[in-house]
Amino acid sequence: MTVTKQDLVDFVYAEARMLDERRFEEWLTLFAEDGIYWMPLHHDEPNPKLVTTLFHEDLLLLKTRVLRLMGERTFSQQPASRCHHLLQAPMVDRFDPDAGEFSTWASFLYTETRADEKLFYTGWVMHDLVLIGGELRIKQKKVQLIDCDAPHRNLQLFM
Amino acid sequence: MTYADPSDLVRGGEVHRDLFVDQKLFDQEMSNLFANCWVYVGHESQVPKRGDYYATTIGSQPVIMVRQKDGTVKVIYNRCPHRGVQLVNEGHGSVGPMFRCPYHAWTFNTDGSLFGVPVKDGYKESGFSESCASHGIEGVATHVYRQFVFARLAREGIGFEEFFGESLTTIDNMVDRSPEGRLEVAGAPLRYMHYCNWKMLVDNQTDTFHPMIAHESSAGTVRKIWEESGAQGPKPMVVEVVLPFTAKHEFYVEMGIRTWPNGHGHTGTKYSIHSDYTLPKEYTDAMEAAYGAERAEAILQEARHNTVYFPNMTMKGAIQTLRLFKPLGPDRTLVESWVFRLAGAPDELLERSALYNRLINSPTSIVGHDDLEMYERAQQGLKVSATPWVNYQREFHPGERYDSTQLWSGQSEVQMRNQYDAWVKFMKPAVSGEEVQA
Ligand SMILES: [Fe+2]
Repeated sequence: MTVTKQDLVDFVYAEARMLDERRFEEWLTLFAEDGIYWMPLHHDEPNPKLVTTLFHEDLLLLKTRVLRLMGERTFSQQPASRCHHLLQAPMVDRFDPDAGEFSTWASFLYTETRADEKLFYTGWVMHDLVLIGGELRIKQKKVQLIDCDAPHRNLQLFM
Repeated sequence: MTYADPSDLVRGGEVHRDLFVDQKLFDQEMSNLFANCWVYVGHESQVPKRGDYYATTIGSQPVIMVRQKDGTVKVIYNRCPHRGVQLVNEGHGSVGPMFRCPYHAWTFNTDGSLFGVPVKDGYKESGFSESCASHGIEGVATHVYRQFVFARLAREGIGFEEFFGESLTTIDNMVDRSPEGRLEVAGAPLRYMHYCNWKMLVDNQTDTFHPMIAHESSAGTVRKIWEESGAQGPKPMVVEVVLPFTAKHEFYVEMGIRTWPNGHGHTGTKYSIHSDYTLPKEYTDAMEAAYGAERAEAILQEARHNTVYFPNMTMKGAIQTLRLFKPLGPDRTLVESWVFRLAGAPDELLERSALYNRLINSPTSIVGHDDLEMYERAQQGLKVSATPWVNYQREFHPGERYDSTQLWSGQSEVQMRNQYDAWVKFMKPAVSGEEVQA
């Protein structure tokens, strides 16, 4: 597969749509085997392993979350949460087809609702993508919230 | 003006629902309970240099923990005695040699004493020396125990050692786990907003009967994925941390509970969900070098689960985390979760603490989500006035006393009863600064 910049942009949009449509199991297949979903607690968080962070999830944990969301005794999902992604057009920050490495950056507004509670989040999402078997996969998805260190309510779905 | 005699609201293993929903009773907790007790403020490592401060709250009261010229740490109120402006905003910073109010430039030494007031002439015949403002910033009784800073707002009251007694052994164990006998706060705290009463969180710390029920969805899922993968080889850190939550009821019964006077207590007297963590050899070697083999082993075997420091702090010595339940209203609590680095220990231990904190106690935690769901359903359910009492009678025997150190079965709700016994004791009116001067 020859990757174009438009492919990267389409990938980011399609990923957000998958989450909005709660196609979580399909979403997991977008990650490389060593892929990471990271949401820092700090601005300029240097090493998410040596400070508390909001998310720094490998596939094992992401899979746990997705299975849990669908569980019968997942009390905090009765009723279930819904989410909505509003993305600014992603910019391609790195385009290296020879190495098979790409990075995008997009500004977003995210809404998560559950019952009568509506939560708004604002931030930037940075995708590091790689080519695996001719397909784009997520090496790292980093979600930097503008108010990462604010007191948060339950964040149950994925930004 | 008091709401009721607090002792009428706690009886034989039952607690009145007003403790969770009533605004006047909450206000009374702020003015009395949170003033009479020694409340955790922060850790010395947050203010390493002279003039470094950490601004926070004790109950409803804004305070500043600040490093002094002589190296000690003092707690003072965060209020300019002039017009009431907070001298610094909440969080960390440094004021250098003195506080300077940003409104009218009154200045204060770091111990709160007044240094200078601009336009001195204007106060010549004002009687300023008799004024409240002339005292400078009010200070608070402060006690530092092995780097942990506590304060008591009441001018008079129980002493630090008497208040905590043997419960300080949990702090000892956490600090002793550093080969250098020293801890450092690692990074910012998680801040997690709960729409429930603060005491529900304290109750939950020794609630050994809920993990296998409320946390089936998270811990059970990790177990399932691990078993389906063949459960071969060394457990990933996540699996090692989360799997013990699925332990059977008997595990929790057997692990035991210890209560101390004044509302303190802990689960895990024999072992706990933190007992079986893998420790790198580099670390056990460093511990043996520091303490000798026998003592090092004793320190590492003591793996208490949750220790409640009444009223609103809980600590896990075995994994170096601390949570503070900051009361904001009868149905509002801000939870802060902190992690600590053991000085002289390899990063792997801090990595596990940070992972634990994020996975178990955070707004992004799959475990904490279900706890919060329970607290908030309880906060709603307690609106039912037809059922005024909340039940804490598991393994209760009339005449039960809490005035000495005691061991109990792990499934008893005794530590919660111990907390409410202390609640009644410390809800008596506090000796405030104002009363002392009058
Ligand atoms: Fe829990």
